[in-house]
Order: sequence, then structure tokens, then C-alpha cells
Amino acid sequence: MKEITGSEALIKSLIEEDVNTIFGYPGGAIMPIYDSLYSYLDKIKHILTRHEQGAIHAAQGYSRVSGKVGVCFATSGPGATNLITGIADAQIDSTPLVCITGQVPSQLLGTDAFQESDVIGISMPVTKWNYQITNANEIADIISRAFYIAKSGRPGPVLIDITKDAQFSNVSFNYKKCDKIRSYHPYPIIKKTKIKEAAKIINNSKKPLILVGQGILLSKAENELLQLSEKTGIPVASTLLGLSAISCHHKNYVGYLGMHGNYGPNLKTNEADLLIAIGMRFDDRVTGDTTKYGINAKVIHIEIDPSEIDKIIKTDVAINADAKEAILNLIPHLKKNHHENWINEFRTCDKVEYEKIIDKEINVVEDKILMADVINRISNLTKGKSIVVTDVGQNQMVTSRYYKFSESNSNITSGGLGTMGFALPASLGAKIGQPKREVIAIIGDGGIQMTIQELATISQYNIKVKILILNNNFLGMVRQWQELFFDNRYSFTEMKNPNFNIIADGYGIKNNKVENKNDLDKCLKEFINYDGSYLLNVVVEKEENVFPMVPSGESVSNIRLE
Amino acid sequence: MKKKGLYQIKDPDKKVKEYTLSVLTEDKAGLLNSITIILNRRKINIDSLNVSTTEVKGVSRFTIVVSSTKEKIIKVVNHINKLIDVLGAFLYEEDEIYYQEIALYKLSTKIFLKGDLVEKIIIRKYGAKILKIEKDHTIIQKTGTKAGTQKLYDELKKFGEILEFARSGRVALSKKKRKTINFLRTLEKTKSNKLNI
Repeated sequence: MKEITGSEALIKSLIEEDVNTIFGYPGGAIMPIYDSLYSYLDKIKHILTRHEQGAIHAAQGYSRVSGKVGVCFATSGPGATNLITGIADAQIDSTPLVCITGQVPSQLLGTDAFQESDVIGISMPVTKWNYQITNANEIADIISRAFYIAKSGRPGPVLIDITKDAQFSNVSFNYKKCDKIRSYHPYPIIKKTKIKEAAKIINNSKKPLILVGQGILLSKAENELLQLSEKTGIPVASTLLGLSAISCHHKNYVGYLGMHGNYGPNLKTNEADLLIAIGMRFDDRVTGDTTKYGINAKVIHIEIDPSEIDKIIKTDVAINADAKEAILNLIPHLKKNHHENWINEFRTCDKVEYEKIIDKEINVVEDKILMADVINRISNLTKGKSIVVTDVGQNQMVTSRYYKFSESNSNITSGGLGTMGFALPASLGAKIGQPKREVIAIIGDGGIQMTIQELATISQYNIKVKILILNNNFLGMVRQWQELFFDNRYSFTEMKNPNFNIIADGYGIKNNKVENKNDLDKCLKEFINYDGSYLLNVVVEKEENVFPMVPSGESVSNIRLE
Repeated sequence: MKKKGLYQIKDPDKKVKEYTLSVLTEDKAGLLNSITIILNRRKINIDSLNVSTTEVKGVSRFTIVVSSTKEKIIKVVNHINKLIDVLGAFLYEEDEIYYQEIALYKLSTKIFLKGDLVEKIIIRKYGAKILKIEKDHTIIQKTGTKAGTQKLYDELKKFGEILEFARSGRVALSKKKRKTINFLRTLEKTKSNKLNI
């Protein structure tokens, strides 16, 4: 068989895994791979970001909207360490990624060679798996393993470090897709007894509540969730990452859980007699004080990752399985039922929340622009059909509250890690992953400055994302906490910002600025309808708070409306 | 014997106790680091650690002794089980395993000239043995529990200075009837590599 170089074997392996888009940034130790890539540009598109962190967040955005494994390239040393934040983000939010890093030649390993870093050691706690290739013969096997591990079971990031000599040396290429590793069992065998136990509890419950997380989206169980909820009449609440798993307009949908979630689902968590958690992990931003969480409820936890079961909340019945498989097994054992009175209790809470908060935020009479008002208008203008990529902080919480998702896989955000700077690069990746859908990045004035260089990537590849800055010249969420819990001591949260419109001009991106409420509708329409990338700088009220709020460490019952 | 069994907490026991983790893994570089990272994250100190090959080629056994609450250590075991190259992690309390440690004691040879120390204490009472006698030093070896090897240490100290002392990590086997190769065969047969829908 004709031999090829290790770097070409890598590219051919990626093609075998149906990879058609790579986000990356070249450098010394990965140059042979980039050289081989140059011969395969008819099969693989490469997006040159302006920072490795941009590349990995873009790969995350791409993966989250497409369901495919995101792939990124970086060189050794600083290139590799710049990936770490994104890898940690993908690990905690279960995003399948394969990151390829170049490494110094194997004979220089451990010598503090130029641009050497121990990326295997550094990434070990934040990857699902990692491996260093020092021999070209390993490339095909390891890459097939990497893809299998990244996407199966609870997905996660895999990092493969390849020394430069392995990239250069010759190898005969023979690719076989991995579908089994004896020490790795990503899809636990479902236990029928657990299904029956769970069904019995569900059939006897009076006030059950389904809590959905990203597991529904990852296992593509949206339809099964609907069948479950519609057959049993059980209301559904969603975590931050579960948003868009069920339409916000569905009659059984009762809202968004957590610290800045809706009033009803938070409050009713402690009135429910049964919590059915599916593909969610009881994050502390959802539970608040765990000793005062679900106090009247039995807990059924459907979860693919065994280490999540009983980690935070003790279960009565744990179903360790893929969400879709578990729901499909469960449905035949469930009685047809309805819970109208129980759902009406949520609607009563919705009314309270509307009167106390929402009405005041979206129907403002004065001439001031509130974040909630902006997002509500965008939600209406797009009919909740866009992919919304949010950053971290108030912009994220307001969007999660006010954007009424009507299509699945539409909410891309950094949930577990809370990575500021995530949205801009993730949005460009999302647009490439779903080019036919509208992608809107919603970012604060703080977060955008963490990865603002990616405007250049958006401009170079003419990626038609819409970028909305909610600009209050503050690190708004930290400022809100300072106001509420630190005596208004605004320690380092106010910012003198650059002129974002001149910056957008500099990058050749169409832009506009809204300061006047009367211009808001017109500007938002132009922003949404424009066929191309567009940055809209919306100057919002300087000191706006996001409510409701469950103060950190308190019970969900103590949700504050003001 | 169930692959990567899910340990569930029945009644959370907040008492700190000694636990032995027995982890069967593929023989791969870097695994020790992956495992200790998980213990470190929860600030669990390792009392003793032993890594060795097993009767099955390519399979290693980590035996780790830690002090922890049951609740915390169960979560740790579930995390270790998640590591890709871990075949199975098992958690044991003291009465569920056979275990031994080995200790070596280096003493000055002239101590042995003071009467019947060797016979009475070392051989009979403690079941220890003399590994090597040199002109200026003698090596004694004893296997047993940590308490047992410590007792001999204290006893020997009465006769003179102990020049050097080293104790190995614990090695342990479960009291259950089990065969590693059968465990591996079960793993290989399990159809949990693909989604079954």
C-alpha cells in the first residue's frame, strides 16, 4: 500500500468521520497538518479564527446546533493552552469536540522546548479523554476512538496531541470506525424494574413536575418528551440548557428553572409531590439550597451519566439510561391523565410574575430602553424561531427569560462554566452549522470585549450572524449583586467602553446604534431583516436588575420578585 | 459483578472511615494522574497506593486506601468509573477484603548480638523474617496490617535505633468469589456500546 504522511493520515481520518468544517489557528508544531489540509480544501472547510479560544467556542457553537462533533486545530504551547477554557466549557456542558493540537517533536518532549506545554497534563481534568500520539501508526485508530468517545453516551471534549515527528513520518493508511471499547460503556442497559417502579410513582402522583435539561436535546428526545407530557398531562419546566427542548408556547410548558428563572416552576418545585428530572444534573443555580429543595417530592432521575445520579439530590428511582430510550420505555406503562388544576397553579404564578415584573419591563412608558423590552421585541420579530447565542450575565438571563423559543436546538449558551466571551465565536460556529437559520448573538458590553477579535473572522468569511450588544457600560450581573448583597459598592464593574460602531466599521461589518426608544423597533427590524452580518449597539438602562431571583444558597421557595 | 456499577447512597454516613478502592484498568500511561486528579478535586488525601499488573495481561490493579465519608467516596468511585480506560472501580470496607502490607526494617547488626531477640520477637511473635544479614546492618521483613507492622516497629525500637524503615501500599483482594478474566468477558459481551433503539 502506498504510504502517506501522518499529517495526511490525520486529514483522511477526519474525512472518514464526515468532518467538513474545522476551526483553527496554525503555528509551528501543527504546520505539517495544515500543509496536508491545504490539499483537501475541496472536502474540508477551515475557518481561521483570530484566537484559539475563538476557534474552540466556534466549534462548540457548531456542534450544539448541528449535533455533529466540533473539530478544532491549534498549535503547541500557547495555542494549546488557549483552548483550555473552551475545553472546560465543553466538558461541563457535555459538548462533543475533537481538539487536535500540534506538539514539539517527541525527542524534545519534557525539555522545555520552544512552544512546549504539557497539554495532556493540563487538559486531563477537563477532557472526557485525551491522548498524545508520538507514532504515525497510531493516528487512524486514535482518531476513530476520539470521535466515538466524544459523541457517544454523555458527550464531551477529547484532545489529541500529535508530535511533529509523528505528523512528518510515513504510514500506510487504513481506517476503521471505532464502535466499541471494552472499558467504556456509554449506553447503560436499561433496567425494566426501574421503569416499572418509576411508572408506578408517576401514575400515583398528584402534583408531578418534569424538569428537562440538555439531555433531551443531546438524545434528540424532543418528540418523546412531548408524548410523555401530553399522555400524562404533566407540566414541563426547563433548565437553562434545556431551553428550546420544548416550545415555550406548549400548553404544558410552565417555564424556566433556576436563579433567574420563572416564578412558578421555582416556587412549585417545593409543592410538587414528584420531580421527574430528565437529562439534567441539579446544578446549584437550579436547586439553591439542596436541603430545602423538592421538600414534598419523590425524585425520579433519568440520566445517562451514572456519576450524576445521587450526586446532588437523592433519588427515589434512578433510571440510568439515554433520555430518549428511557422515555420510550416509560410511556407504555403510564396512564393517560391530566393535571389541569395543577397547571393552573403555575398560570396563577405566571400572572403574579407578569404583574410584578414582566409588565413593568416590556411596557415601559418612559423613554428608557430595558434589556427585557429589547429581547421581547426580538422574540416577537423572529417568532421565537431564531438560534439565539447568549454570553454570560444579565444578557444571558434576560434572553433566557424573554426569548420564547419555538424550535428545538435554538439556545446556545455557556451554562456550567459561565464563560464570558463565549457568544461571539459560538455564534459564528452556529451559523456555519445551521446556515439556513437566523443566528442572533446577544452579548453584554463586557463579554464582547473578551473575544471581540472574532469580528474579523465573521467579516473574512462573510458569516451572516446578527450581533446585538446590550450595552449598559457595566458588568451588569456583578453590579446587580453588588447592589443587592454588597451595599452598592461598585467595585470594578463600571467600564469606559470603546465606540463599538467604529470598531464594527473597522472590521467592515454593518452596524447601527440605538439610544432612543422611539428608534428601537425600526432598528431591530432592519437588524433582523438585513442579509449579512450586522452589529447593533443598543444602549440600555445603566442600572437594571434581573428579577425574579433566588439569592445564592437560599431555597427556591425564597424566590424574590423585587 | 457489574461493569462500572453504579454505587447508590442508601443512608448517607457522615462518619470518616477507612476505605479501600480497587480499580482495574487497562495498562495505559497517565491513568494514575487521572485517578489522583479526581481524589484531589475533593481534597481526599491518599493513605496508601499500590499499582501492579494482574494475572491478566494488559490489565492493572490500583489499590488505594483513603479516609473519607461514605457519601463522598461513593461519588469519587462513580467518577473514577467514568474514566475511559478504567475497567471497573470497586469500593470496600475493611471487612470485605483480604489485605496485606509489607514493611522492611533496617537495623544495626550488632543489636542482634544482645541475646534471643531474633527468635523470640521477630520470628515467633511477629511472624517476620530476616531478609539479609550484612556486617553493619540487617534487614527484617514483615507482612501484615499497618497496625501489625507498626507494633513490630515499636518493639524493635526498644532494642536500638532503626536505621531505615519503609512500608508498602496496601494490596487487597475482595472476599467474593471472582475471577478477573470472567469479569473482563462480561464487560466485552455487554451491549452498552451502542444505543439500543
